[in-house]
Amino acid sequence: MKMIKNITVALTVGVAVSISAMAAGAGKHPLQVEWSFDGPFGKFDRASAQRGWQVYKQVCAACHSLKYFRFRNLAEIGYDEDMIKAFAAEYEVAGDVDDFGDPTTRNALPQDVFPSPFANDNAARASNGGALPPDLSLMVKARHDGANYVYSLLTGYEDSAPAGFDLTDGKYYNEYFKGAQISMAPPLFAGSIDYEDGTEASADQMAKDVVMFLTYVSEPSLEKRHQMGIKVLLFLLMLTILLYMSMKKIWKPVKEGKNFYED
Amino acid sequence: MAEWESVKPENKALSWFEERLPVLSLMNNVMGPGTPTPRNLNYAWNFGSLAGLMLVIQIISGIVLAMHYAANTGIAFDSVERIMRDVNYGWLIRYMHANGASFFFIAVYIHIFRGLYYGSYKAPREVLWMLGLVIFLLMMATAFMGYVLPWGQMSFWGATVITNLFSAVPVVGDSIVTLLWGGFSVDNPTLNRFFSLHYLLPFVITGVVILHLWAKKVSDSGNPLGIEVKSSADQIPFHPYYTIKDAFGAGVFFLLFAAFVFYMPNTLGHPDNYIPADPLVTPDSIVPEWYFLPFYAILRSITFDIGIPGTDIIFIDAKLLGVIAMFSAIIVLFFLPWLDTSKVRSTKFRPMYFWFFWILVADMALLTVVGGKKPEGIWPLLGLIGTFYYFAHFLVVLPLLGKIEKTLPLPESISNSVLKPAE
Ligand code: HEC
Ligand code: HEM
Repeated sequence: MKMIKNITVALTVGVAVSISAMAAGAGKHPLQVEWSFDGPFGKFDRASAQRGWQVYKQVCAACHSLKYFRFRNLAEIGYDEDMIKAFAAEYEVAGDVDDFGDPTTRNALPQDVFPSPFANDNAARASNGGALPPDLSLMVKARHDGANYVYSLLTGYEDSAPAGFDLTDGKYYNEYFKGAQISMAPPLFAGSIDYEDGTEASADQMAKDVVMFLTYVSEPSLEKRHQMGIKVLLFLLMLTILLYMSMKKIWKPVKEGKNFYED
Repeated sequence: MAEWESVKPENKALSWFEERLPVLSLMNNVMGPGTPTPRNLNYAWNFGSLAGLMLVIQIISGIVLAMHYAANTGIAFDSVERIMRDVNYGWLIRYMHANGASFFFIAVYIHIFRGLYYGSYKAPREVLWMLGLVIFLLMMATAFMGYVLPWGQMSFWGATVITNLFSAVPVVGDSIVTLLWGGFSVDNPTLNRFFSLHYLLPFVITGVVILHLWAKKVSDSGNPLGIEVKSSADQIPFHPYYTIKDAFGAGVFFLLFAAFVFYMPNTLGHPDNYIPADPLVTPDSIVPEWYFLPFYAILRSITFDIGIPGTDIIFIDAKLLGVIAMFSAIIVLFFLPWLDTSKVRSTKFRPMYFWFFWILVADMALLTVVGGKKPEGIWPLLGLIGTFYYFAHFLVVLPLLGKIEKTLPLPESISNSVLKPAE
């Protein structure tokens, strides 16, 4: 009885707390998209991630860096070695110094990091009206509800700010961004890309694809983690059931009131 | 004190060794068949061994992380990302360590509230209780410094806010802060000393855990009825009965732990810590990890000075008072054995304390929520009320309750109460 009373009281307290926790929140809540990587069996959609890579390198890479991404990582979204070499070779990176001690450049190799568009943060700021385009390799993990947030941000631009809103020159109105004005011009326009797989490049499609790609870059171990998790949970579940049954069996004499120590 | 029961192994080599170093006897007397234990322990008693298991997990995963981690502000964040991306199963080790800290605190908080509910702190277990509080304090220091290591935005700003608190200490405050920083702001020397201490403290904790278990051996386990063991019929051997029960509990606990590690690894963390530390950009709001929130709420709830009203004379300013309140919130627990004047241990027989216990739980929950909010609107007031009630519970309610509460009659003995005569 006491047990039930305790549990009831604990539940009441818990519910009261979670309600008060939900009551407060700031900013416009991102749109909720159903992603293939959600849930315990979630995986990346290879085709979408590959399209996202195309969006990334043709659009976002003009301003953003991707410090923790190496070309060889593309293998995990389904590209083969030759294609990866070819992708890498499109970029130039700093090489070793030559025999005269002068700097050289060479084509990028699969093990190289995706090159930054700007030499340093100041150069990046100078080209973007004073705002720094942040590195995107961890973006999806660095914001609350990251995948939905980036998708909402990319598709959430409005042509004009509402009357009375004081929009700074060179900024764009976007309610999903905190403060509702962002220095990034709307990057995605329908048809601004020709998808290699023939998919129609609507702004919405491109946003979904690039989020698929960026989620992969933020959390490359996601699929391995999900797969291993199932095995670990099943193992633990079986072990726990076995332990439970052993416990019931071992405890039988105790429940029957056996005295283990003679007085 | 429970008798010491030596083990005499049959095996010649083993018994040769045992005579020279009685490890088996030691085990036997901590968790073996030679440890008579009340027969009526419920699942609230599982959380001590769970906390111990989490300590082991933290030490093992931490040592592996330390093989790849670089304590230097220029590369600390990168080195953690390398662990996540390039080290084999590095993501698993790191997610285990980061979530392991949370689950360690979950186990310890339940363990502490078990103590509050069943009066585990009362004579003769006062020292056992206080050693537990020492472990709790050391854990907080360890977890705080661990959270600084990945050198994300929350790492940096959390460290800045918390270390700055010490500047409120009169006279030596600034020197303490300089010592903590190893300079004039949170910087590379801070990161280095925090890493060094983060590596050290878990082993200090291990040492105090040994003392804690020793004190437990001396005073024996309490039990849900809170009455003394009267005869041997009240007891059963620890092994195999509580070893198997603890193992089953561990299975359930690890299921929950694994659900977080594999499916919600970042839910308990803050997204800002995936942004590299930047001393020039202050985050929107600086929030500590969830397990610090009640104490953080107490710290921030104090916004007034103590002085002579109507004059400029201030004895204690708000900042210092907040720091004092925060530390007192834990220090007060050291005096609990004497603040609680009731002779009866278990809440089972304390109908009034039952409600006050749950109000305290609700109050802690409220403080946890307040700690996570920006100090605006209704929250500071709720925080102040929560803080006030927290101290009132220990300093006013408990001393009085022991005097006025009519407790229920205690059962004859454990065996009488749990074993129904008909069976
Ligand atoms: C013309 C340059 C430019 C391009 C192209 C561009 N961005 Fe940005 N981006 C910026 C700038 C500048 C900021 C910083 C905005 C600010 O702080 O106001 C930014 C910020 C962001 C943010 C961070 C918002 C936040 O919460 O802080 C995300 C996410 C982002 N960009 C995604 C993208 C994606 C995805 C693409 C490609 C589809 C892209 N950007 C293309 C310039 C660009
Ligand atoms: C009482 C036990 C311990 C607790 C509560 C604890 C807690 C933490 C926490 C909260 C973090 C931050 C995790 C994150 O957000 O990334 C961390 C990081 C770290 N800990 Fe521990 N830790 C413990 C023991 C140890 C031990 C024994 C070592 C061994 C050297 C260690 C090594 C590290 C390292 C290298 C990091 C940085 C890597 C990272 O952030 O993932 N820890 N610890």
